[in-house]
Amino acid sequence: MNAVRGAAWKIAADLPDPELPVVTIADLGILRDVTEDDQGRVHVQITPTYSGCPAMETITDDLVEALTAAGYQHVDVEFVLAPAWTTDWMTDDAKAKLAAYGVAPPGPVALQLSVRCPQCGSLDTRESSRFGSTACKSLWVCQSCREPFDHFKAH
Amino acid sequence: MTASVDYVLGLADDALVSAQRMSWWISRAPELEEDLALANIGLDQLGQARTLLSYAGVVEGAGRTEDDLAYLRDDRDYRNVWLVERPQTDFGVTMARLLVLSTYQCELYAALASCGDPTLSAIAGKAVKEVAYHRDHARLWTLRLGDGTELSHTRMQAALDAEWPFVEELFEPVDGALVDPSSLRPAVLAGISSVVAEATLELPTVAPVVGGGRRGLHTEHLGHLLADMQHLHRSHPGATW
Repeated sequence: MNAVRGAAWKIAADLPDPELPVVTIADLGILRDVTEDDQGRVHVQITPTYSGCPAMETITDDLVEALTAAGYQHVDVEFVLAPAWTTDWMTDDAKAKLAAYGVAPPGPVALQLSVRCPQCGSLDTRESSRFGSTACKSLWVCQSCREPFDHFKAH
Repeated sequence: MTASVDYVLGLADDALVSAQRMSWWISRAPELEEDLALANIGLDQLGQARTLLSYAGVVEGAGRTEDDLAYLRDDRDYRNVWLVERPQTDFGVTMARLLVLSTYQCELYAALASCGDPTLSAIAGKAVKEVAYHRDHARLWTLRLGDGTELSHTRMQAALDAEWPFVEELFEPVDGALVDPSSLRPAVLAGISSVVAEATLELPTVAPVVGGGRRGLHTEHLGHLLADMQHLHRSHPGATW
């Protein structure tokens, strides 16, 4: 997908998300752009899923650490807010990884608000809270297998 | 077109003070899911406050950071409305207040998202999606409590009555505003009214208080809130963890 991107992009794109380590920041669409100038300075643009996302500082530190370890001397990370992040920025691959991890990925929601249980696949689920363990997730429970699960909110 | 510092501070301080009040509920909410919900709502507001405060520092041009503005201003320099600064230790009051604030912020951020200032547009475009969730949450609780038992109905009505005098201040004019606050009034009141009616509650008829938050005039409660919020930073300048 990112064949034309540079080496610095690949390093940044491989960083796992601190809260959802099965997916990378590129998978989630948090990583917007990585540019290198001819003096080897790297400029990274990231965008938060939610304004108050506390993972942004960890992600910034992780980016600087990974790129510095790879030999880039000057790394700066910029937060961009526009265009606003939506779950459309998330790759299909990321959605599959989230489901395998037990987090119901965002996706087309049927007329009845139902989210597929990531454990047993049942659509007989209900939302127990609109807010879950992080700002980007809500809490659901499956009525078939009785397991509670997180849902990455469509946004 | 650029907003005035006071205008941006007003937006930021509403969010910051509200976030601080919301954090009181952490570990005290009626159920675990609500604890998470109110913490998340507070976190959204804090995130909005941080980007807005950073931008206020840029507009001011005196080199003040978001931390300088959050931790080193006294109450007279805060520009938030009275609605958000009073204690909220009653769950019904918290929901009534959130219903008012989030309905107002939905209209406000939707309008700001297409204002002439690119930074404010970007912040508002992000925030509007978050406060829509807050409004949904407040609406569901207002319906559940208003159209619930006799006791919950009575308490939800009392909560709405208690918050109502502080609604009008949201629409007071502010110099250098990019969206005229009074232009939001019809849509905000219509939005709240429909939820109130659906919840079998009555729109209060109490008179508005004469606020002054946008001019730095506050209730006694803000000073106490700031003492709590700013204590660590002021006692240990530069502290990090």
